[in-house]
Formats: sequence, structure tokens, C-alpha cells
Amino acid sequence: MKFIDARVSKAFRLPKASEEFKLDLHLETESTAVALLGPSGSGKTLTLNCIAGFVQPDDGRILINDELFFDSRERISRPPRYRRCGYLSQEHALFPHMTIRQNLLFAAHSKPRQKWASGGGLARRRAANEILEAFELTSLADRRPDQLSGGQKQRAALARVLINEPQILLLDEPTRGLDARLRDNFYQLFDRLRERLNIPVLLVTHDLDECLRLAEYVFYIEGGRIVQSGSRYDILTRPATLSMARSLGVYSCVPAEVVALDPGRNVSRISAAGLVIETSYLPGHLLGDHGHVCIRNSEITLLDDSASGVNCFPVAVLRATPAAGGIRLELDGELSATVNQEKWLALGRPTRLKIHIPPQAAHFLS
Amino acid sequence: MNLDSRIDWFPLYLSLRVAALSTIAVVTVGTALAYLLSHRNFPGRNLLESVLTLPLVLPPTVLGYYLLVTVGRSSPFGAAYESIFGHPLVFTWQAAVLAAVLHSAPIYIKAARAVLDEVDPRFERAAQSFGASEWNTFWRVTLPLAQSGLYPLAALAFARSLGDFGVTIMVAGNIPGRTQTLSVAIYDAVESGNGQLARTLVLIVSVVALALLWPGSYLLRSFRRREGA
Repeated sequence: MKFIDARVSKAFRLPKASEEFKLDLHLETESTAVALLGPSGSGKTLTLNCIAGFVQPDDGRILINDELFFDSRERISRPPRYRRCGYLSQEHALFPHMTIRQNLLFAAHSKPRQKWASGGGLARRRAANEILEAFELTSLADRRPDQLSGGQKQRAALARVLINEPQILLLDEPTRGLDARLRDNFYQLFDRLRERLNIPVLLVTHDLDECLRLAEYVFYIEGGRIVQSGSRYDILTRPATLSMARSLGVYSCVPAEVVALDPGRNVSRISAAGLVIETSYLPGHLLGDHGHVCIRNSEITLLDDSASGVNCFPVAVLRATPAAGGIRLELDGELSATVNQEKWLALGRPTRLKIHIPPQAAHFLS
Repeated sequence: MNLDSRIDWFPLYLSLRVAALSTIAVVTVGTALAYLLSHRNFPGRNLLESVLTLPLVLPPTVLGYYLLVTVGRSSPFGAAYESIFGHPLVFTWQAAVLAAVLHSAPIYIKAARAVLDEVDPRFERAAQSFGASEWNTFWRVTLPLAQSGLYPLAALAFARSLGDFGVTIMVAGNIPGRTQTLSVAIYDAVESGNGQLARTLVLIVSVVALALLWPGSYLLRSFRRREGA
């Protein structure tokens, strides 16, 4: 069974833009932890809104868990209230005029009846108490949203979505505006829920880390179109286009030329940044092809001066700045690398050093 | 001082009663119409909006004429009313209520529509995504979020109902003790040279209107502030 099979197209003109924006994509996957990754303005949230039913596509067909939500040819469009999508956005949308408990009860009450046919209000109250407990919100239950911190609000919003027992969770940049610690809390809470409830998730984000953390299958979207889709590792290690590699922000992208091709030994050589980098054979490319080579910053390693071998290069260090993952080095020829801080200090902050580029880390894009 | 200086309070009482009934009618029907205009897309929406705005620009005499044609004794509505209640609708205080509604509804609907437009759609979307019906969403989400913006408009509708002259005099007339509202009584007092009465009534109308509108402007500002936050 396919979790998502959605073909969506919609064209419109933004108030200030001269050109028309056209969303045209086909999401299809069996994975139940899916992310739409892409820069802002690429149409991710619009796609989510089409699935939730808040926006009508011009054309297309949306199937979620084998249920038909929308079909332009059959003129079917299920209203949002019958789609059972748990929509969580960065703006949480907790009702400001209700307490957290009332927010939860509203969501529980609005759920289509069957489950609580007997018990009614009492069962709903008990469910609300249980979920408040599980989300550590019991002491905050009688407060209004504006009396809660950002992290508490997001937790309450997730609790409210879940008490409604949706068929699918739609998350729109759920941790935007939260600091690293709260973000991590949210991810952990989320993991526990996924284990217990097994609800499929469709996540929208522009944050690569969040995407890797929460999703298994990724659609990379740019300008309303899918640029690449695949497992999270495919996306990370083999970006399909230069602009995608650049916007993911974890690569050195350097102009390059193919200078040797050897299918027999499964080896190619690429000349870039004054270096000749060996990589695996590039099918479909010719000698003299120009393009870019993308190398993930964290895959470049520092070597001792004496080391030698394939893809070991002496390079000049232009600048070294501390970064979250270690020390970020800007090297000669537009290369950059993120390296271990201890290693960097142990080498005595050299101005020239030797680096190693693993052959599988160099990725040629024409 | 002669007997004339004793003030007849009937016009004030009648005006307050007429304005109260008119406000109830305007707030219930007007809020529903404003909701339709703001949240629903249907053919003829623009036409409906224009028709509802028309009373703001037409002279009161034209409105009064339309109303007379619609509810007069020879009209189907007027005849039906007469057969049910045993007396014609025109030239009664009930007709004054109609006149007040016509006078205050357009401005209420226009402003209420703007208030309902300002309610952040993400709350309504959230309610819908939980499975709430449109009716439930309206009562439990849209209306509570809009209410602090609607209260001052209800006060505005009341004040405006209090102030109608042209339409009232055409359909309800100027029958002292029966259909003479405050604004009509003021006209009457000026016409008959009773300056003191005119001054007193003018002062009453002004004070009541100010007392209604002043707190409203605070409420409206707090609504805007919350919606903007």
C-alpha cells in the first residue's frame, strides 16, 4: 500500500512577483516518514495545504493511505474536516480564548463519533487527562496559550493534534523558533509517539538536520518541482543539482573538468581547484566535460604531513572559524572542510596542511 | 415657566426600545450576513454586498419610499402583517424598528465583515482539520475570537438606530405618544419653537451616543492588538 500518491498542480501569481509560480509535482512513496525538503518559497507548505484540503489544486489526484482526498477529473474534493489530517505548523494555532484543557477537549469533541459512542464526555475528559499527563502538561492545563512558553505551546499543540487521532500527521516546520534543547525534546517526544501510535508523517522543512532526524524518505523540492527523491542518505550523499547542493549548505561546490575516465578500473579523475581528484567511474560523461564537483565538508579529513596516497593533497588554509561541528576551514580553491577541533589544535593551527578526499565523497555534477 | 417646559419622556423611552430591538435584529441577522460575505464564496456575493451597502448612500427619503412600497398596506407583506396582527405595520412603533434596522444594518454588516475577515484563518483551519462542522467552528472559534471586535459594532448599531430620522418619519410618522422617537421629537420641538425641549433632547442624544461609542473604541483597539499579536 502506498502511503502517499499525490499528483498536484497549481499555478498562481503572487501579489508582488512578475512571474507565475507553478507547483507541479507527484509525490509517491510507501515510506511512512516522509519529508518535503527545499528552500523557502519552493511550494512545500502549499503542497501540505493541498493535502490537508485548505487549498484546491488546479489539477491532480491525492490518495493518502489508499483514501481518495481529491480528484480533479472526477470532481471529488473531500472537505478538510473529513480528511483526518493532523496539521501542526510552527504557529501552533492553539485557540487563544481557551485553556489548554479546553483546546484538547475541543479537538476530542470534534472527532467523528464512533469510538466514544458510549461514555461521551467522561471518556473524552479521561483521554484529555491521560494525554496531558503523557505530555507533562497537567500543571499547565488550565492556562491559556499566551501564558505558555514556546516549547510548551508546541507540546500542547502536538497533544491537541494527537487526541484527535488523525490518520496522518502533517508537520510544517514544527520546531521553527525553538532553541536546540527544546528542539531535541520535541524530537524525542516525537520518536516515542511514532513507536507507540505508528501514525504516518509528512514533514515540511528547509532544515537539513531536521529532515535527516525525522524522515526516512525525502523529496527535495525547488521552484514547485521535485528535483530529487530518495532515501535521506541518497539526498545527502548524491545531490542531483548544483543549486540543491548549494542550498543544502554542507558541500564545497567547485568548478571542475573530467580529465580521465577508466571504466575498467571504475575510476575517473576530475580536475578542480588545482587538484586532480580521483573518484569512481562517471557513466554518461565524456572527457573534457565541464561541471562542478561537490564534496561534503565533513568528509574531508586532515592528514599528517608524512601521509601520502590517493586523493591526498597539500593545501593552503585561508581562514579557520569555529563552528558547531568543529572547526570550519576555508581552503585554497573554494574548498571548505569541517574538521575535528582537537586534530586541528594538535596540528598546531597550520597555514598549510594535507587533506584527504575519499573517492566516494567527490560527486561530479555537469 | 409654563406647562410646556415639563418634558415628555416618551420619545426617549420609545427611542431606547426601538434601538434595542433594532440592535438585536441587526446583530443576529447582520452577523450572519457578514459571515457569509467574509467566509463563503458564492455567485452574486459582490451584488449582495453592493445591495447591502446601498442604504448608506441613498437619501433617507428614497429608503423610506422603498420601505413604504415593501411593507405598506397594499403590499403583500403589509397585507399579510395586517391579517395576522390586526393592524397595519406602517405608522406604528414596529415600523420605526424597521426604519432603525435599515439605518444601522449596512454600517454594522460592513464593519462586522471586516472584523470577521481579520480573524486568523489558521484557527478555523485547525478546527476544521479536527473534524468540527462549520457551525461549530463559527460558534466556538470564529465568534469568540471576533466578539471583542463585534461588541463596539453593536454599540455603534445601537447609537445609529437611535439617530434615524428620515426613514422613521416616512414609515412611522410623527404621532406623539405613539411613534414619535427622539430625533423626530427634536425636529418637532424646533419647528414649534420649543427651544428648551430641543436643547434638552439634543443633549440627551449626544451624551447617550458618546457613552456608547467611547468604550467601544477601547474594545476595538484591544481586538486589533490581539489579532495583530
